[in-house]
Amino acid sequence: MEKNQNPQEYAIRFVDVVKSFGTRDSKHVVLDHVDFSIPKGQTTVIAGGSGQGKSVILKLILGLLQPDSGAIYIGNKDVSNMGYKALQDLRMSFGVLFQGSALFDSLSVFENIALPLRERTQLDESAIRVKVAQTLKQLELEGHDQKFPAQLSGGMKKRVGLARALQLEPEIVLYDEPTTGLDPVMTREIYDLFTSVQNRLGYTAVIVSHDIPQVFDLADRIILLNKGQLDVFGHVDEIISSKKPYIAEFAEKTLGLARETEIKGE
Amino acid sequence: MNAETTKLSTLVGSFLGAIGDGSIYFLRDLGRMGIFLFFSLISIFKRPFRSQELIKQLHFIGTGSLTVIFFTALSSGMVLGLQGVYSLSKFGAEGMLGSAVSLTLVMELGPVLTALMVTGRAGSAMCAEIGIMRISEQIDALECMAIDPFRYLISPKVLATIIAVPLLTAFFDVVGIFGGYLAGVKLMGVNAGAYFASMEQSVTNHDIRLGVVKSFVFALLIVWICAGRGYFVQQIRGAGFGAESVSKVTTQAVVVASISILVFDYLLTAILI
Repeated sequence: MEKNQNPQEYAIRFVDVVKSFGTRDSKHVVLDHVDFSIPKGQTTVIAGGSGQGKSVILKLILGLLQPDSGAIYIGNKDVSNMGYKALQDLRMSFGVLFQGSALFDSLSVFENIALPLRERTQLDESAIRVKVAQTLKQLELEGHDQKFPAQLSGGMKKRVGLARALQLEPEIVLYDEPTTGLDPVMTREIYDLFTSVQNRLGYTAVIVSHDIPQVFDLADRIILLNKGQLDVFGHVDEIISSKKPYIAEFAEKTLGLARETEIKGE
Repeated sequence: MNAETTKLSTLVGSFLGAIGDGSIYFLRDLGRMGIFLFFSLISIFKRPFRSQELIKQLHFIGTGSLTVIFFTALSSGMVLGLQGVYSLSKFGAEGMLGSAVSLTLVMELGPVLTALMVTGRAGSAMCAEIGIMRISEQIDALECMAIDPFRYLISPKVLATIIAVPLLTAFFDVVGIFGGYLAGVKLMGVNAGAYFASMEQSVTNHDIRLGVVKSFVFALLIVWICAGRGYFVQQIRGAGFGAESVSKVTTQAVVVASISILVFDYLLTAILI
């Protein structure tokens, strides 16, 4: 957490978190005593190479993995020390958009979106129908409600996944590689959709993505992961001007390459 | 220490290491599967019940298996009828055919063959379905929505299997006895009255109870192993990744479930007979 800041301003805080995998003899430390905070209502992008622990951070936030040591606070609750029931209740405040959308193949679009409402609320069927219809309209999915996931394009699946993630009106939405498999035009559309929905609903967004530098346009802050350590930046310009060798290398490989592509494209 | 001794000690060391590693993996896997069974059984009683899903699963496991069970039972019963007449005629005891056929079916072949057929047809599908849901993050999605995957996904399958397998076993027994009647009485000329009378005299409640107990235990083995392997598809050593892992684990689940059924058949017979 940044010094002189009020913990209440943060949706998520990692305090001295260590997470490793493997056996005692061949241990792979993914997060090595890391501290960072994610402010409420903002968009934080977590970037880094493959195997650097980006998705591990999401799983730690959701309580799907436990840290070896340290604490992870969601609001003022430590998720690393939470019982099953409390964790279930806490997960109600999350929405998650998975890499492959993770829609249920045997359920229609409508049933997929209605699932969290049917399972986790006391709403009657007519209220659920109204709420799902509103979401379908907001995400431009009208007319697709009776289709099955196999009948949808990649972009549509992401929309349905987002619609489902938003049903319980979450305070925090986690996106795990949300534009994997989408073309650049669709990627742009999906990012615009994320921004407009977030502006409307005001939740905290955490995006794990390889899609650099496009995803940085959405970011209020950027977390770069490298070999168990991380650096937090307020803007992409801070990455470019960083003196750290690995960040300079990252900027050259990702941002530099992207600039060349843009020039070629022009 | 010379080079050969060093090489030998390295070999012994790696051999013992592999045994230890394998044992630890086995115990860990058994523990994981034990916890899976515990939560699966507990989740049957958790509300809200998914009655529609239960009916769907009953239809898939039960009604869907009727054809294969019918033909397996008819074939087994007819073969038993023919073999029975051939063997019993050597002692002039063809009249005991009904007893031989019905006892074999009720106590052994009915529960075992039904369980093997259900494993091959429904158990494999169950394992593949849950495995695909695991690798495509659908089970993670359930957990993230605070929906208990055991209650939502596993419990209807557990309940449906426990209900369907004993009923299918009863169906198998009836069709098998009819098959024995067709082969023994209609084809080989054994007296119909003797066939049914010997059956009535020899089959006791204890024999039927043994068959029912077996079918319940086999049902539990099928759903435990097949659903459990699918659920842990990403944690099974040597399974690989993605679609390959699902196919390998499904094959493994069918093999393990089938062997377990045969082993438990012997154990239950030895204990309960």
